[in-house]
Amino acid sequence: MLEELHKKLISGEITSKELLEQSLKKSKEIQKEYNPYVTICEDTKETEVNDNILSGIPYVAKDNLSTKDILTTASSNTLNNYVPFFDATVISKLKDVGACLIGKSAMDELGMGATGTTSHTGIVKNPWDKTRITAGSSSGSACLVATGVVPYALGSDTGDSIRKPAAYCGIVGYKPTYGVISRFGLFPFASSLDHVGVLTRSVKDAAIVVDNVKGKDELDMTSIDLNVNLTKSLTGNITGKRLFYIENLIDLKNYKNPSNELTSIITEFKNTLNKLEELGANVTGINIDDNLLQALFPSYLCISCAEATSNDSNLTGIIFGPRGEGDNYVDMIKNHRTKGFSSLIKRRFVIGSYVLQKENQEKYFLNAKRVRRLITEKMNNLFKEYDVMIMPASGKIAPKIENSNDVISGNEQVLENLMVIGNFGGYPSITIPNGFVENMPIGINITGNILDDANILNISYALEQSMNYKYQIAKEVE
Amino acid sequence: MELIPVIGLEMHAEMKSNTKVFSPAKNSYNDISNLNVNKIDMAFPGILPLLNKECIEKAIEMALILKCDIPEIFMFDRKNYYYPDLPKGYQITQFNKPIGTNGVLTIDVDGIEKNIDILDIHLEEDSASLDHYSYFSLIDYNRAGVPLLETVTSPCMHSSKEAVAFLDTMKYIFRYTGISDADIKRGQIRCDVNVSMMEKDSKELGTKVEVKNVNNINNVEKTIEYEIKRQTELILNGKKDEIVQETRRYDEATETTITMRSKIDAIDYKYFVEPNIPPYEITSDLINDIKSRISILPNEKKLKYINELGLNIIDANNLIKNKDVSEYFDNLINLGCDIKSSVNWVLNQISDYTNSNNISINELYLTPDKLKFIIDQTILDKISSKQAKELFNKSLELQKDPKILIKELGMEQINDIDTIKDIIVNILDSNLDQIKLYKNGKTNMFDYFVGQVMKETKGKANPVLVKEILSSELDNK
Repeated sequence: MLEELHKKLISGEITSKELLEQSLKKSKEIQKEYNPYVTICEDTKETEVNDNILSGIPYVAKDNLSTKDILTTASSNTLNNYVPFFDATVISKLKDVGACLIGKSAMDELGMGATGTTSHTGIVKNPWDKTRITAGSSSGSACLVATGVVPYALGSDTGDSIRKPAAYCGIVGYKPTYGVISRFGLFPFASSLDHVGVLTRSVKDAAIVVDNVKGKDELDMTSIDLNVNLTKSLTGNITGKRLFYIENLIDLKNYKNPSNELTSIITEFKNTLNKLEELGANVTGINIDDNLLQALFPSYLCISCAEATSNDSNLTGIIFGPRGEGDNYVDMIKNHRTKGFSSLIKRRFVIGSYVLQKENQEKYFLNAKRVRRLITEKMNNLFKEYDVMIMPASGKIAPKIENSNDVISGNEQVLENLMVIGNFGGYPSITIPNGFVENMPIGINITGNILDDANILNISYALEQSMNYKYQIAKEVE
Repeated sequence: MELIPVIGLEMHAEMKSNTKVFSPAKNSYNDISNLNVNKIDMAFPGILPLLNKECIEKAIEMALILKCDIPEIFMFDRKNYYYPDLPKGYQITQFNKPIGTNGVLTIDVDGIEKNIDILDIHLEEDSASLDHYSYFSLIDYNRAGVPLLETVTSPCMHSSKEAVAFLDTMKYIFRYTGISDADIKRGQIRCDVNVSMMEKDSKELGTKVEVKNVNNINNVEKTIEYEIKRQTELILNGKKDEIVQETRRYDEATETTITMRSKIDAIDYKYFVEPNIPPYEITSDLINDIKSRISILPNEKKLKYINELGLNIIDANNLIKNKDVSEYFDNLINLGCDIKSSVNWVLNQISDYTNSNNISINELYLTPDKLKFIIDQTILDKISSKQAKELFNKSLELQKDPKILIKELGMEQINDIDTIKDIIVNILDSNLDQIKLYKNGKTNMFDYFVGQVMKETKGKANPVLVKEILSSELDNK
């Protein structure tokens, strides 16, 4: 898609200006129906087309990426008037190659949500079915790629915030190894888990975008170089690749009352495993201790909320953001934060504060870190034997908006939150479309070892070639 | 009942570095507010800390000087609390793995050596500074992110004198090594002071009171004195229960301490590991490299002055107080100046002059090589000490090299034997009566003749030569 567009731009079949106008026109239509934007940059000028494949092509960035002179709210009322004076590294890299930013996408407030329903600008709707959620937190980005408004959008991923919406919207969502894309300018949710990544409609497009924004950044001490050209490593040859899946989560016998959705998703998943075998790969089911798996989500909640409560302490309305009312700074901060944050965010802050308290740290926060270490050790060992892990991206299709907060437990809960492993270990992880269940898209997730991004991309690429979901645009929109 | 004060200190020193500890903003004192500020210092959304390696190395240097154990890995923690001078809502500090633990510093309290136990030393960032007015407060972010080195002692001191000696020793070390300017006037040294009273022969410590943020060494002394008095009176009046574990502050106006908050209201800082700074490995190579760069410390210098140069302890103590002064003195010695004269010049004339003109010794026009000329002239008896002082003052006043000035002031001695001889012969020829008196045993007439020669030469004749020639001429008469 990006390659094709680039050729057209070079040949003059289409101009950057025309592309931009099309995207902006479509943006407005889509905005009315699905509400994916915080800001549409209507004044954006087309960019010059050069040798770089991204030049002259429009894209969207999640609203938690700092954009100079463009409102950046992280979809929170605490930042509803904040216009940054500096670009995130990923934004300035795209600017440098001539990419064209046309808007800032809505998200779950401050990245802390999984539904796409908690933006200060309202609910983002699923373009395959308006009554359903997109998932989050990169909800707007997923919606805008799935509707074909832009070929790619930037997102961020702390638990599965790129990969889950990609699954529910029938597109590709890829977060590279932790540190491969600089976090400078990303409004943090939980620093040790936060990744910048990309949503596209093909694996190759994901590789192309990341190739253009990856690398060590002197503004982010945790950033690292990935000395591989991801685009060039897409050969489609996966003969002899070793994949594993977690058998105990795929075995329907381990679910009390498996829903039809889950049953179908697992059937599709197994079909895909067969396809991989046909492509020459070896697929093995392994078991991971249920207790460890059950502990993943609570541990994620402890760690992410703890870091979030600290990371978001700068949101006081004193230096930036709407100034709170009050006679003294305490009242001003209280007013700003009480009015500004939604109840979901406050709940997370309370959890974060609670698990960090001196008397609770050992029991909650430090144990959560132990679980994180255990699962990472387990995965590191598995990656000695296998190239990648492959699992369904979710046990559900996108839920109805009114059911989006259903509490789940047991193995359903584990399967629903499994992709957090990618954040715990900083592993490269990608979700690609894996067909449909009840006319809604489902996704499959491939996670690999640190800095082995090329491997997960190539396996996804081979799989994508064997299926028909590349470049698909949401049904309602078509 | 005999009570013994038990004192522990947490000393914060602003470090000297080109840039701040986690941002590229300049680390320098500035009278103009909000000039040395980077977006990192103001915690705009999306910023990340950038660790300044210069600060790490200086922190390790100080840990080595204090003979601390140094961890293999350097890492940071967050200390979470809300205050308008803390833009991020947390301070990056070291909690779990301080850069140094379990150290010791030997201090000199009235000539008696005492070891102060160092519990830990750690690197952290300073907060912004607040200026409070009647109806509003202003925030200056110049100080936000300035590197701070915090040294925590065990409760091992028993008088304000010991505490002051500890702080002074630390201050000199900071200045010698360049780790901190330790400039009291600029608030670069701030202390939290812990005081409790223990009954003699008891092993149990009394209830500890913490006085926060005492901003210079004099005030630390006053704080301790006040707390000792306050707590002693309470205990002696049977009101021991009124000493509660609490945080107080020192009030400069009344020279007392005032309750800030009790233990119950103590803040839970919810420490956790700073995720944005990867652990930094401290290799033995790095440690050895830093060790090899540690310059001579004040105490070592003092011993050198006493043992090698034969200085007395008072002079040695006075010389080491200021690194620049001692280096000036060292330069004089290295240039071959007379030791005793050098001590006198540096501690008297120069000290008086720099103090009254409020300049540092490095700003002095008379650099060691220029002063050497003056010292040498007096040692060689070419000029009198009175002339030397005049030469010193004129040289500074006119900013003129004493080598040139000595001629312009006509201070240069007559050393030519024939010239002196001619003058003496003339004088003797016109003082025949006086020669007779001398020959008859009135030996003090010798001084009379010397005086005449000096009068004739306006004091410029070399007195040694005058005496030699005069005595041989008189013998010939």
